[in-house]
Amino acid sequence: MSEAQNFKYIGRNTIRPDGFDKVTGRANYGADLTLPGMLWGKILRSPHAHANIKRLDTSKAEALAGVHAVATFADFSAVGDEAIEGGEGSSTLLDLARNILARDKVLYHGHAVVAIAAKTAAIAEQALALVEIDYEILTPVLDVRTAMAADAPLLHNDLYTQNGADKATTPSNVAARHEFKMGDVAAGFAAAEIIVEREFYTPTAHQGYIEPHACTVRFDKDGQSMVWCSTQGHFDVRASTARLLGMELGKLKVIASEIGGGFGGKTTVYLEPVALILSRKSGRPVKMVMNRDEVFKATGPGSASRSWIKLGAKKDGTITAMQGSLAYEAGAFKGSPVMMGCMTAFTPYAVPNMLIEGFDVVVNKAKVAAYRAPGAPQAEFAVEMLVNELALKLGRDPIDLRLQNAAKEGTQTIYGPKLKRVGLVECLEAARDSKHYQQALAANQGRGVAAGFWFNVGGQSSVTINMNPDGTGTIVEGSPDIGGSRASMQMMAAEALGIAPALLKPIIGDTENVAFSAGTGGSRTTFATGMAVIEAAEDVVRQMKQRAASMWNVTAEQVDWVDGVAVNTAGEDRLSLASICAGADRTGGQISGRGNINARGAGPSFAVHVCDVAVDQETGKVDIVRYTAVQDAGKAIHPAYVEGQFQGGAVQGIGWALNEEYVYGASGLLENAGFLDYRIPVASDLPMIDAIIVEVPNNFHPYGVRGVGESGIIPPLAAVGYAVENAIGAAVTDLPLSPPRVLQLVQDRG
Amino acid sequence: MARVCFSSAQQQLTGVAECDIAAADYRQLLGAIAQRFPRLDMAELQKMAIAIDGEIIHEPLLESLAEHSEVHFLHFIAGG
Repeated sequence: MSEAQNFKYIGRNTIRPDGFDKVTGRANYGADLTLPGMLWGKILRSPHAHANIKRLDTSKAEALAGVHAVATFADFSAVGDEAIEGGEGSSTLLDLARNILARDKVLYHGHAVVAIAAKTAAIAEQALALVEIDYEILTPVLDVRTAMAADAPLLHNDLYTQNGADKATTPSNVAARHEFKMGDVAAGFAAAEIIVEREFYTPTAHQGYIEPHACTVRFDKDGQSMVWCSTQGHFDVRASTARLLGMELGKLKVIASEIGGGFGGKTTVYLEPVALILSRKSGRPVKMVMNRDEVFKATGPGSASRSWIKLGAKKDGTITAMQGSLAYEAGAFKGSPVMMGCMTAFTPYAVPNMLIEGFDVVVNKAKVAAYRAPGAPQAEFAVEMLVNELALKLGRDPIDLRLQNAAKEGTQTIYGPKLKRVGLVECLEAARDSKHYQQALAANQGRGVAAGFWFNVGGQSSVTINMNPDGTGTIVEGSPDIGGSRASMQMMAAEALGIAPALLKPIIGDTENVAFSAGTGGSRTTFATGMAVIEAAEDVVRQMKQRAASMWNVTAEQVDWVDGVAVNTAGEDRLSLASICAGADRTGGQISGRGNINARGAGPSFAVHVCDVAVDQETGKVDIVRYTAVQDAGKAIHPAYVEGQFQGGAVQGIGWALNEEYVYGASGLLENAGFLDYRIPVASDLPMIDAIIVEVPNNFHPYGVRGVGESGIIPPLAAVGYAVENAIGAAVTDLPLSPPRVLQLVQDRG
Repeated sequence: MARVCFSSAQQQLTGVAECDIAAADYRQLLGAIAQRFPRLDMAELQKMAIAIDGEIIHEPLLESLAEHSEVHFLHFIAGG
């Protein structure tokens, strides 16, 4: 794209096309579908964190009147150990099956063991109580330090550490060790005049989406089965479910309902394959809905982590070396995002000498799932805390120090390529120049600054635009709308077609009426699906020009497209889009445009946050008094939605920093599986989050878009963490900074 | 000649951090790498994304390379 494009619709805050349905209650979510003859499915979950299943007897449950089907791991007996291709949480099909229904072992509190479908939910619950299971209770392994010890109880006897190209020969709880390096880190530290290092801890934190996992399914013997569910990727649900059940893709239709939050947590399957097994066995539709307790215990949160980071710098502020070691909890099965932690931790900095290792560690907790920029917040918390400490010790302004060492176009990254054009410097300058940063702190207040980096991704997206005879149209996309993307798709199509956005209705197609699209995640939808929308719209324009040309007896090349009107450059003729659509039946039939792409050229997004806190040093309570989130959007298609993404990421990160954590007892039982005890921030806890949109265009997108969904959750952990450290004058190492922990820091400080 | 840069783990098997390979496209590049570094697991390599001159590409099968392209193999990134 060119630097200065004049947009007609892009950059405006249009009315969201899904708004009316949502505010009137007409929108249909995961639990809203009911089918004739439908059964209710319920799951019996493990009361133990780690135990062998010695005996499992479902006969009494099966005999109960009203029970129609029972499912156990035996229903996955044909599942092999092949890999599931994917991203940072990639795993095997067998592990996925064993997470959905335990095989011979339960590996965390709440691990599903048996599923039952019955005429009513009450009968299903009654039947669960009749299932007999003998457990041999084992010692739980609840954190990476314990899990990595040589004498640690093993979760899996067949898990061997993969260390680069080498594989260990004795089993371990460490699934993998990764290493990234560049330059000579020893020489870098030798050249340093000041060195800072510290160990950090971040807890298990859940995405906290409001809508629980839910689905309604129907297995049809004629081979046309259906799944309705709340998901970030219905094509991924189809792929996973079909492989687990040995079905052909063409015989399974998956419909994405409206979704009440996902943030990465709805990129895998829990209920859908089980419900389909129950439906196959019973011959009836089955509905399953998790309650909040189940969501916390048995769906994938973000990894807890322990990390050690060391930085070296010269007195003039030049950072000479960065080194780190990260250990992330994967939960019960391998596949934490520690590699992404390694790849992102040092990327905001142009430093020649870097070395980082990461350990993927299994523990007796629910298998982790993606959570907004998976792996990055934990690593950046540690790095950014130390950069702030470095600034303090050097007597430097923390933003000024970051500007001195900031990554920019051409900077060599530790994960391989050099950065293309990025906007970190612009974000730092915007934060420095903000009103917030100019304000003085009051007594008992502290300030923290932090930066964050996320790659953003492209991938496959498919879109069709079907025009109607009256000049309106429908945009059918394959990416579930979890953050307002329908508005952005509508605006990009309108821009390309040259007609008002309101004339176009964006909808999410099911797996049968739109071609494959990767899930909504990785900050990819506005970028990649947006490119598919633009391609589909340009396809429509090409056809419009051909139709006009045929009417005027000229070639299509002699027709221009200006603001939704075909213009005959060889004469005075004009035909509007609406006119061409109205006459389409006489010029070749209705017009439909297609955009099927595998998008490349995703532009990374950097974020910089500034946080001011007030700490009550008698109670340890922390209040956020000012907060500013700055981020490079490339081009903000719908600025209000972009600001919303910044604010949402910031608030989730603030929650992770201040209060959110899974609390386990010694026996490994989760003690706070509900929103009363798992404290997410609510509106009354927070000031307005000021959002500053930086626009450094991504030259690989026609309109300059970068993704904005993820980077915003990376800086808050350190921005809040260091603000507290600054306020109380004591080193912060562990999150969350809940009142008891802060009070302890104050008391230990003396 | 394209410049191919290997990760720490790949270097265990290639013995070099980088090398120059004459290849006009991704498929030629893979063939040449397989010949020169037989210890590399080509099946694993083909599952990886690549970065060509800083641009990350998840499905590079049909990608062409410029005369002095710099190529890195990366793990697939999905995000949340």
